[in-house]
Amino acid sequence: MKETIRFRIDEHQITAEKGQTVVEAAKANGVYIPTLCNFEGVKPKGCCRMCTIKVNNRFMTACTTPASAGMEVESSTDELNDIRKSIVELLFVTGNHFCPSCEKSGNCELQALAYRFRMMVPRFPYQFPQKGIDASSPRIIKDQNRCILCKRCIKTIKTPDGRDYFAYRNRGTKLEVVLDEKLGNEMPDAVARQAMENCPVGSIIYKEQGFLKPIGKRKFDKKPIGSDIEV
Amino acid sequence: MSKKITIEPVTRVEGHGKVTIQLDAAGRVSDSRLHIVEFRGFERFIQGRPYWEAPVLVQRLCGICPVSHHLAAAKALDVIVGAGTGNGLTAVGEKMRRLMHYGQFFQSHVLHFFHLSSPDFLFGFDGDPVTRNIIGVIQHNKELAVQGVMMRKYGQEVIKHTAGKKIHGTGAIPGGINKNLSIAERDELLNGSDPMNADKMVEWSMGALDFFKNYHKTNVQLVDGFASFPSNHLSMVREDGAFDIYHGVLRAVDANGKRILDDMDYQNYDRYIEEEVRNWSYMKFPYLKHLGKEKGWYRVGPLARLNVCSFMPTPLAQKELEEFRAYTHGKPNGMSLHYHWARLIEVLHMAELIRDLLKDPDLQNEDLVVKGEKQQRGVGVIEAPRGTLFHHYEINENDQISLANLIVSTTNNNQPMNTAVNLTAKSFMNGQNEITEGMMNAVEVAIRAYDPCLSCATHALGQMPLELTLVNQNNEIIDRRTK
Ligand code: SF4
Repeated sequence: MKETIRFRIDEHQITAEKGQTVVEAAKANGVYIPTLCNFEGVKPKGCCRMCTIKVNNRFMTACTTPASAGMEVESSTDELNDIRKSIVELLFVTGNHFCPSCEKSGNCELQALAYRFRMMVPRFPYQFPQKGIDASSPRIIKDQNRCILCKRCIKTIKTPDGRDYFAYRNRGTKLEVVLDEKLGNEMPDAVARQAMENCPVGSIIYKEQGFLKPIGKRKFDKKPIGSDIEV
Repeated sequence: MSKKITIEPVTRVEGHGKVTIQLDAAGRVSDSRLHIVEFRGFERFIQGRPYWEAPVLVQRLCGICPVSHHLAAAKALDVIVGAGTGNGLTAVGEKMRRLMHYGQFFQSHVLHFFHLSSPDFLFGFDGDPVTRNIIGVIQHNKELAVQGVMMRKYGQEVIKHTAGKKIHGTGAIPGGINKNLSIAERDELLNGSDPMNADKMVEWSMGALDFFKNYHKTNVQLVDGFASFPSNHLSMVREDGAFDIYHGVLRAVDANGKRILDDMDYQNYDRYIEEEVRNWSYMKFPYLKHLGKEKGWYRVGPLARLNVCSFMPTPLAQKELEEFRAYTHGKPNGMSLHYHWARLIEVLHMAELIRDLLKDPDLQNEDLVVKGEKQQRGVGVIEAPRGTLFHHYEINENDQISLANLIVSTTNNNQPMNTAVNLTAKSFMNGQNEITEGMMNAVEVAIRAYDPCLSCATHALGQMPLELTLVNQNNEIIDRRTK
């Protein structure tokens, strides 16, 4: 049997198994720590910083920090929520997110986080970057305007023999996630659907069937993101 | 010395309008122009987007009748996904869209008449602007105002249950619809508690029509004489000639009622309709190709629809149509303020259609979408509240939109609105050196009879402020008034 440990997140007493990350332990105890790049089954990498927490007055990412006995974690504080909100705002201003016509709207984790943090107008100026869309695959569209570079597709969408459909290209502000042209052309239907499903935003779009879910039935229409975890 | 008058901004009209009136040396109106000064370019920025986004994207052209754009785009995309040219959808697909459209027509017309135009009738064109608005209507005639507000709300509820949201929903998708109407939703609309039910809407629609007819009786000269002029009229009608705002063929008649466009398939609209660009306006001037620029322009909207159709397929509206037709002895009606009369007959027709359609069990079917062989080009036409609306899309081999052409109702009415403004300017402004509030509003009333939303015509959003400028024969501005 795994060793059980106890620690605190804000006012919550958390019981966890040794080896669990703070995010996992929080979730198991009904406490929501917002995440974005983190994805079940994939080794956490802490790249989006959405799950920023404070331990011993130091900022850490909850998805990569192992839970340890007696730990005092700050999570849902004004300071940390404002940092998270500013990350959401930065993602909005560095892409081109026109939610009203985006078919991921209502199912989009970035949008849902923006609602959760009550983002109105970002505090940063919009960059309106010039970004394109790759529609050459018969199955999916890769819309760079909405990509948040979370790597979920790179890590989870692979051929049976382990080849990557998606990869990073360029560096710095030119960094983008691109679809392998040849594999993209041969992408099986189920893989295409899975790729759209795994993308937290509307950057990977399954072709030729948008807006199938009516308003009211979409993932985040009724309850904010995280409320499935919170008790 | 001749003078030029410009009216800007036009209040209670969405968008931004500017009217310039040219006077000759004797102080007579020699010319007038209604300029639309905004440009939004939807046709351009939709290029490259995946085609199935269009119905949701382009409806943002307008906050008053987004459903029209939503449905016109969806109809064009039905063709592209191989679901036929308007009648290939499943029963629930077509009927849900119809219900959405009827609800939108109802709310938009009610808004147009009660909120935007009734103040002019209640308080006169030169009434105090402080009270000549919907708030003034509430104070003066509470019952009428409340009915207007509740009727609009009812129409919006219909939209919500069909499109998912009162404004800018997602209901129509290429090849069909994304939801049916639940029994609970149906019951709410059909038998909701007083006054929010279908029967009450029919009753109140009759009341609104009576209000207008009474006003007409006591103001015959004004209602009949204001900006009255003959023209051609264009509308979509059902294949058997019935009034139909969702699907049909293109028909046009001339000022004497002679058919000048005989029930054409709108997929080929560009064979019959051409658009002229004039260097002083962002809004184009469409006309029937075979008649040429001078003779080929036409009116669209409620007046045109009632002049063009053979009959209205609900009993109360048909009776009203007969009375309306009898007034001009069966000849097409060219009186601008009769747009309101026609509009209210359409409101009644919509109320009847909604009531009857709600009882149709097809609305609860589950087969929402159909698809067939993909096409590269599709045209969708719908009768929007303010007139015939064309959406034309072409796609490339990667499913991206490569061409979009929209001819919106207001553009179709561009020449008629200019003519109406010209006539109004002539009758209200001759011999005047300055622009009065009454004159300003008379010009607005003329525009508003046709359209409260110039914005979508140039694909711009916003309020429609009006500027009126008076210019002499040397093009010197001698007066300018804005609001
Ligand atoms: S990806 Fe999400 S945030 Fe971006 S436009 Fe789409 S719904 Fe909005």
